[in-house]
Amino acid sequence: MNAIILYLAVVGCIAGWWLSRQRLMSKPWLEVGVPAEVTRGEVPGVPPVKLGLWVFMAVVGALITLFISAYLMRMHMADDWRSIPTPSMLWFNTGLLMLSSFSLYRAELDARIGWREGIAVGLAAGGLSALAFLAGQYLAWQQVMAEGFGVATNPSSSFFYLITAVHGLHLIGGLIVLGRTAYRTARGSPLAQLRLSTELCATYWHFLLLVWFALFALLLHG
Amino acid sequence: MSIASDPMTGIPAAEVEDVELYHPHSWITKYVFSQDAKVIGIQYSLTATAIGLVALVLSWLMRLQLGFPGVFDFITPAEYYQFITMHGMIMVVYLLTALFLGGFGNYLIPLMVGARDMVFPYANMLSYWIYLLAVLILAASFFAPGGPTGAGWTLYPPQSILTGTPGGQDWGILLMLSSLMLFIIGFTMGGLNYVVTVLQARTRGMTLMRMPLTVWSIFTATVMALLAFPALFVSCVMLMLDRLLGTSFFMPALVEMGQRLNHEGGSPLLFQHLFWFFGHPEVYIVALPAFGIVSDLISTHARRNIFGYRQMVWAIIIIGALSFVVWAHHMYVSGMNPYFGFFFATTTLIIAVPTAIKVYNWLLTLWRGDIHLTIPMLFALAFIVTFVNGGLTGLFLGNVVVDVPLSDTMFVVAHFHMVMGVAPIFVIFGAIYHWYPKITGRMLNEAMGRFHFWVSFLGAYLIFFPMHYIGLLGVPRRYHEIGEAAFVPASAHDLNAFITVMALIVGFAQMVFLFNLAWSLRHGREAGPNPWNATTLEWQTPETPPGHGNWGKAMPVVYRWAYDYSVPGAARDFIPQNEPPRGPAG
Repeated sequence: MNAIILYLAVVGCIAGWWLSRQRLMSKPWLEVGVPAEVTRGEVPGVPPVKLGLWVFMAVVGALITLFISAYLMRMHMADDWRSIPTPSMLWFNTGLLMLSSFSLYRAELDARIGWREGIAVGLAAGGLSALAFLAGQYLAWQQVMAEGFGVATNPSSSFFYLITAVHGLHLIGGLIVLGRTAYRTARGSPLAQLRLSTELCATYWHFLLLVWFALFALLLHG
Repeated sequence: MSIASDPMTGIPAAEVEDVELYHPHSWITKYVFSQDAKVIGIQYSLTATAIGLVALVLSWLMRLQLGFPGVFDFITPAEYYQFITMHGMIMVVYLLTALFLGGFGNYLIPLMVGARDMVFPYANMLSYWIYLLAVLILAASFFAPGGPTGAGWTLYPPQSILTGTPGGQDWGILLMLSSLMLFIIGFTMGGLNYVVTVLQARTRGMTLMRMPLTVWSIFTATVMALLAFPALFVSCVMLMLDRLLGTSFFMPALVEMGQRLNHEGGSPLLFQHLFWFFGHPEVYIVALPAFGIVSDLISTHARRNIFGYRQMVWAIIIIGALSFVVWAHHMYVSGMNPYFGFFFATTTLIIAVPTAIKVYNWLLTLWRGDIHLTIPMLFALAFIVTFVNGGLTGLFLGNVVVDVPLSDTMFVVAHFHMVMGVAPIFVIFGAIYHWYPKITGRMLNEAMGRFHFWVSFLGAYLIFFPMHYIGLLGVPRRYHEIGEAAFVPASAHDLNAFITVMALIVGFAQMVFLFNLAWSLRHGREAGPNPWNATTLEWQTPETPPGHGNWGKAMPVVYRWAYDYSVPGAARDFIPQNEPPRGPAG
């Protein structure tokens, strides 16, 4: 459980840093009136939906880290672990996901300067390369299957299918939101809205890329 | 009417003219597929109560079997295990968690922080409907081939998915796992709402340190739940794969009925680690909201400011953090490195420190207070006593050498029912008596309420004190029938029968409570907007029950903390949070 404890320690440090700025030492029973510096909320300027995404990513991070913990524990708990041959396809897929993430980064930049065509191209490129990544993952599954590693053959292969599926499902969820953003772009929604939506998509994509790096490293390790 | 802030841009309401608070257009969107947090809170509460009643009936059936073995032939050993399992899981997850976070969280957070609604109302609505689906799937397992799972609420593999366990090779375990996964997905949608609403939708002047402790505790419990429930999700997914696809995450090599199974090398201990990584924070996910609510009940009904507000906030946060590093104290009997046992025993004892601080602060709030023995106050006092009782036996069980002989006895059942069952349920009752007037506009009937309290309070002790005793005698838990054993004296059987009779009487009192809820809806005394003379924002709404959007045209402005009771020199013995200060500044 070391991985999840470490993860929670990082989350705890971030929460602790934030709490340290919340005047937890104040004496509210002595302070009457509307505090001058307070208007609304304590995270000024951060739209709720953006904060919601960060909280959601923290939850997904916990989920993925728990899978990683389970992977590492199961690996060492019995001597039946046999490493699966790492499908070469995974290297190519990693490139595709990086391309997808980069495209959304470009879309985010284009949204900032208000270039609608750039947003559309970035979203399309990001979405298509993410779809290609998913197709590539499916081919990687087939490669592993062809090597004789089915879902229940060995815990290493069970975990391989499981964690790639979990990551893929989160990407599919992201693609639905990306599709909605692309639709809004095509429909000519207000730029402020597109700017935020594109930024959120890009943030989520970078997060899923980081998650994939961690999972890929784990698979190479196992 | 603009909402508190636009979820997309975060721009304060006055600057956003085009974003409107969601307005229902029909009866269906107002009361069924509602996006109003108040309606969703009530939906959560009613559903949780309904499935909780099923769990209550299951407990009666278990008690009948234990109290009068051999008399009720229709309760077979397999059914007994199914009753245990469903009772435990329903009570812990589908009743307590759902009621505290989904029920009270939804109803109270927006009102108490001065928001018009949750920040993501659509996700909030989905959260409830997914919860309802989870409940229905769970309930469906009663009618599935083979019945519900009888694996025990902890669902430990390998037994949970083997033939000998009820539901292990039928539908039971699959329905349970699917239902739990759905519950977690639904909760995550709601949980995101509770956290972001507290952080981003508080009204002007509502600093974090002015929030009522109810909000602090529900907020912290939600953060914990968001981080702990994934561990249960991971366990469920992997157990389901072991059961359906024959993987060996948790399943070791086994011979079942002479047949070698295909599993090999899996670790049941891995499941226990994952399960309890969720399971122990879960205790505090239920306990923290109870702590927060009881703080507000005591302060309001003792007409005193809460003693040590800052300590209370810190204690909530520290308990939340520490609860993630005590999980393996549930696994002492599973075998572990003695140094681990020492570590987890130590952290278990350390968590008692902030908890004890809270208990002292409740007592010091009561000290020289103007105590009104209203029904909410009675339940709050009952909570303190019961929680201390359950906490003390927790100190016994937190120690490895004491836990090992007691772990499989009724002592553990008595301990966790006191600390995690009875104590939080008392807070739920107190909270319902306290907030029912705001939710419905009418008071609950006093006589029925007092009857309900005294029978429940005294009854709970008459049930669980003897249970501690028979546990110390060594009477094992999880047994369908104890039978004749040299170490079990005849008096233990008599006590078992007594406990059963008391459980039925306490159960009857709950029917009176439910009747009161329904009866008072029409016949209860008119409550008025603020019958308890409370300070917090939910009592200051322009309408009772609060209307759609909560605050009418003008959002409230908060000028003070939530506990200005009996302030020297004030005209009344309470000053609402939204009352401006006197003098030039005001």
